[in-house]
Amino acid sequence: MKFFFELGRYLLFLRSMFFKPERFSVFVERTLHEMNNIGVGSLPIVAIISIFVGAVTTVQTAYQLISPFIPVKIIGTIVSDSSLLELAPTITCLVLAGKVGANIASEVGNMRVTEQIDALEVMGINSSGYLGLPKIIAGLIMIPCLIIFANFLLISGGILAAQLTGIMPPNEFIQGARDTFTFFTLSVSMTKAFVFALIITSVSTYEGYYADGGALEVGEAGTRAVTRSCIFILFFDFIIAKLMLNA
Amino acid sequence: MLELQNINKSFDDKQVLFDINAKFEPGVPNLIIGASGGGKSVLLKCMVGLMKPEKGNILYDGRDFVHLEYEQVKEIRREIGMLFQGTALFDSLTVAENVKFPLKMFSKMNDSEMKDRVNFCLERVQLGGAGEKYPAEISGGMKKRVGIARAIAMNIKYLFCDEPNSGLDPITSRVIDDLLLDITAEYGITTMIISHDMKTAFDIGDKILFLYEGKIRWQGSKNEIHSAGKEIKELGAFIASSQI
Repeated sequence: MKFFFELGRYLLFLRSMFFKPERFSVFVERTLHEMNNIGVGSLPIVAIISIFVGAVTTVQTAYQLISPFIPVKIIGTIVSDSSLLELAPTITCLVLAGKVGANIASEVGNMRVTEQIDALEVMGINSSGYLGLPKIIAGLIMIPCLIIFANFLLISGGILAAQLTGIMPPNEFIQGARDTFTFFTLSVSMTKAFVFALIITSVSTYEGYYADGGALEVGEAGTRAVTRSCIFILFFDFIIAKLMLNA
Repeated sequence: MLELQNINKSFDDKQVLFDINAKFEPGVPNLIIGASGGGKSVLLKCMVGLMKPEKGNILYDGRDFVHLEYEQVKEIRREIGMLFQGTALFDSLTVAENVKFPLKMFSKMNDSEMKDRVNFCLERVQLGGAGEKYPAEISGGMKKRVGIARAIAMNIKYLFCDEPNSGLDPITSRVIDDLLLDITAEYGITTMIISHDMKTAFDIGDKILFLYEGKIRWQGSKNEIHSAGKEIKELGAFIASSQI
């Protein structure tokens, strides 16, 4: 029963955001600010994780494929396809759920418990739209950009690891990656990026918006935002894979 | 003028407001006094639309706030200023930006006009030099004054104050009371002050309403309290003691 209550409230919350902004210039300003927070602020962590995941995937794939019957460039194929289809969108978004999601939930939750959201409402401002919509739009723009960046760094990390550990030269890795690359694979990656971006920003804003109590409850809202975002990301990861890659 | 007609509010099975009827005139401070848990804040939240009463009407110059469409409610809310108990200033904005916020959202002023208005409001609450500070860098009394400046930045008709003296020392408390009294008379606004401070009631309350266990027990001017019955005087003493 509680699940349906939460689901209904979440959907109503999403609907309540889509009103005409009170002042469009303020809305644009807030969206740009959020784009900076979500996108630029997450670049270092996304870069570090992507390079290392790419490197580790290359080394582990090579370890499993040592056979004179398998061409070595197949490692490049596997690493690049895994990056596009799963590692870049899913791993990056799970990390972003922790970094961006917790940040959004605690920011909005703190505004709730200190009556700042009530102050917005009393002024006649649609608080859910004012707080939530810029975050969702910023997430929908910046998270796919971060995923493209992560894809690039994952493959770069793989090439670097292959070169440094003597598994294979970069040109063979790139040849393997090119052999099976299709724009459809990239579109699966981007579909996941958009869906996960919506999940991270909306679930986190929702959890913060309905935080009730004090500092302890704001912390709990942050934890719930991360946990629920991760669960939804994994669930929709499966749904998208099933729908788009169903052989 | 603000009028409450038969306001009832309950949470699950517990009714917290029972048939509240009252009229609040402009230009004078109206005080709602009651012990903690007596329904004061719920009544205030109903009046500003943060909660919806199950029954009754809230009339802002004859416009029924409870039964209007959302867009019409928003129009009335632009005539409302509110000083929150915890001030509710935006942490990420400076004092001047907090005062500028409603102007930026709703007024048609240009930057220079907004700047002048912000300076005027800050000067009015004796905070002329604090514009560049952040809320975390100023005292509780100053925060309350910034809250008042933000509330009057737009040309409001109604000012709601939730426990304006809570957490303040007696001297700062008196400064805030005087400021509210002056602003109410100066701009001719309808001011509602929620408090459990009997001193505030006697200092600035022109109309006083005793709310106890969700019911209005007495309403009248502060001069009429002296001629009120023994039961009301005891209730006043009880409310005064409940803040200790």
